[in-house]
Amino acid sequence: MDEALVRTLADIVKVGAPIVLAAIGETITERGGVINLSLDGSLVLSALVAFVIGTGTGSVILGTLAGISVGLVIALIVAVCSIELKLSQVAVGFVLTLLCRDLALFLGIPYRNAQVFPATFLPIPVLKDIPTIGPIFFNQDLFTYLSFIAIGAAWWWLFRTKAGLTLRAIGERPQAAFARGVNVNAMRYLYTAVGGGLVGLGGAAYTLGVLPTWSDTGIAGNGWIALAIVIFGGWYPLRVAFGVYLVAGLRTVVTNVQAQVPPQVVELLNALPWLLMLFTLFLVSGPYLDQLLRILPPRLHPPIRTILRARPPSALGTIFEQEGRH
Amino acid sequence: MHVELKDITKTFGTLRANDSLTLSFAEGRIYALLGENGAGKSTLMKILSGYQPPDSGTIFIDGRAVTFQTPADALQCGIGMLHQDPLDVPNLTVLDNFMLGRREGLLPKRKAARQALTAHATRLGFEIDPFRYVDSLTIGERQQLEIVRLLSLGARLLILDEPTTGISAEQKHMLFSALKRLAAEEGMTVILVSHKLEDVAALCQEVYVLRGGKLVGHRHMPTPIDELVTLMFGQSLPRPTRGAHNLGAEILRAESVSLTARRLTVRDLSLSVRSGEVIGLAGLDGSGQSDFLRACAGLQPLNGGRILIAGVPIHGKGYAELLRMGVAYAPSGRLEEGLVDGLTLSEHFALTTNNGLWINWRAANALAARQIARYNIRGAPHSPIQTLSGGNQQRTLIALLPENLRLLLLEDPTRGLDVESTAWVWQQLLARRDQGAAILFTSPDLDEIVTYSDRVLVFCEGRATLVEDLDDSARNPAERLGELIGGKRT
Repeated sequence: MDEALVRTLADIVKVGAPIVLAAIGETITERGGVINLSLDGSLVLSALVAFVIGTGTGSVILGTLAGISVGLVIALIVAVCSIELKLSQVAVGFVLTLLCRDLALFLGIPYRNAQVFPATFLPIPVLKDIPTIGPIFFNQDLFTYLSFIAIGAAWWWLFRTKAGLTLRAIGERPQAAFARGVNVNAMRYLYTAVGGGLVGLGGAAYTLGVLPTWSDTGIAGNGWIALAIVIFGGWYPLRVAFGVYLVAGLRTVVTNVQAQVPPQVVELLNALPWLLMLFTLFLVSGPYLDQLLRILPPRLHPPIRTILRARPPSALGTIFEQEGRH
Repeated sequence: MHVELKDITKTFGTLRANDSLTLSFAEGRIYALLGENGAGKSTLMKILSGYQPPDSGTIFIDGRAVTFQTPADALQCGIGMLHQDPLDVPNLTVLDNFMLGRREGLLPKRKAARQALTAHATRLGFEIDPFRYVDSLTIGERQQLEIVRLLSLGARLLILDEPTTGISAEQKHMLFSALKRLAAEEGMTVILVSHKLEDVAALCQEVYVLRGGKLVGHRHMPTPIDELVTLMFGQSLPRPTRGAHNLGAEILRAESVSLTARRLTVRDLSLSVRSGEVIGLAGLDGSGQSDFLRACAGLQPLNGGRILIAGVPIHGKGYAELLRMGVAYAPSGRLEEGLVDGLTLSEHFALTTNNGLWINWRAANALAARQIARYNIRGAPHSPIQTLSGGNQQRTLIALLPENLRLLLLEDPTRGLDVESTAWVWQQLLARRDQGAAILFTSPDLDEIVTYSDRVLVFCEGRATLVEDLDDSARNPAERLGELIGGKRT
């Protein structure tokens, strides 16, 4: 394959890694019935903390762990507010996202464009030498590999394990899961924390991987993108990952052609992913899908329905209370 | 397994839902727990199956006192409950639902689970496809799945809460014969919670009757139906006869209406309603009866056909315009759709008298006070609506309906009301009818439909069948409607 193309694809996979981690984290959280809307702020704040700890100690591991902890703590705030205090998840998440971003901007002043953290480039022996595949997937940094693992692990957990079945059930009909002996709220804490941890890992992936310095401009906004992609991906990890790479791909294309085209075109191209997503959302909502199917041969209907089926977890954003206990 | 309930008491606020109840259930026998709505049946069974703790009293299993924290605890002790609306996860497959909650390692043993599912189902004479999604099953099939699941988890006592509402006659037959076989051959104890005497007579060996939270009778079957009715209601109720009332001109006409309900499309619905008539709309939840009501109120588009109010097609007219034509719609979600959470009674009445820019508070308060007295609402003009009880909210909703209505469209007008409030609501509605209004209403309670309707429109699988001769037939009208709802052709 053309070397430039391979390099572009490798770039896409790398640039997409933090968003993949955040979007997969949010997918897990929302599958359990909790909306963690603090994603964007959480991403920025964990990126800063990971950078500060990482550069301070000189350890990628410690920096990463610090980033994960920040995401996890913010997610737990959302969980406590929702489960114990019965507050609106949307309101709490929204306030948190603004708070965390501004907090990160304030705390990050001394670190603005400070030292450049050495990139954690980690080619995998043998695998990196496979033609085409190797340079794209196995000649990357640690976080890119973690993003691959997150996609596969989330899919496997959700659709191949008992615990994943329980996770889907608590997001769909918590009463039924409760009747089957599941401690719904404990599970919601767990998966909100896991999802938040992945968001924090995504933050760390920015400052310790993709853009190894501290600057919020490359980060803020990506959390909202991840949230949108979760919906676009219909809460399926593989589709979510596809959505992320689609957006990352279009962005990379824009960066590459930036010099050759007028700025208006660049801005239009930047808006393209959103138009595409809006179009897809129109498509997957009932009547339009039916109209689309009408022009296709009936043989193709079931697979297309399966691919485009996007229904939020039925109990998303709701509070579970056991009846009759006061 | 022998289960005993001793001195079970449960109160909600000032309501004694269960008042020192003592009942005993022997192995291999089929019991009925009988009582009208609000008698305390469901509360007692939720206590027995671990959903709620009692305030006081004890459950004994084979002489040993047990306490349940969760329904899973109860199931571990062998007590399983089948809910009226089966408690499963619709967006998962049958097999996933079957496996959910089984205690085994991280990875599911799909093959073993599938075999267990099929084995248990075959034993009971059920046929369940493991790979179908539960939301594509009928209520009857979902019940079968739940029973199979509970059995596979070792249930020795099965509680069935109103299981025959919404299943076909054939499914009911299958269910009853499976339960009888389980009791006779495997020593299963069965408790049927119901207010349907036909079901009790067909299935049960012993009957406990609750009234107002108290145990008022324990009988061995066969017991004359009249005696059970007397126990349930205090005195034997004669079937209320409808006085002859005059029908006026045609007020509502539906011509070959086709509309989309939640899961199906209702086609070719034609109906003519004259003023002074009461039409009950029966059917399983989501069969299109509520959608038809909304369509008549101009709140839902039609796919085809047309609806006329007093000869005028309503196509393109909004609800406000229909309201001026004398049509009113009251949704079942009182606080969600009908009333405004957070506003006071006066503010509600001020909303309905919408003339001018300013609110005339004095007039609104006076109107509220007048209507409170007239409709016997327990509340003050300044009471926020959500602080009123359900019955008083419903009274308010009716008090808010404008005078001189020609057509009332009511979605489940007595939802969640006690007997007294229900009677009161109907007294008001029938007074409106006697003034010449036509009434269309939905209700999940067949007895309510039979009691108050002149004619009944039954919605089933996208068809609407009009039943004109409710009283003429020798058969029990509720049973006949039940069969139609369940899809049995007559």
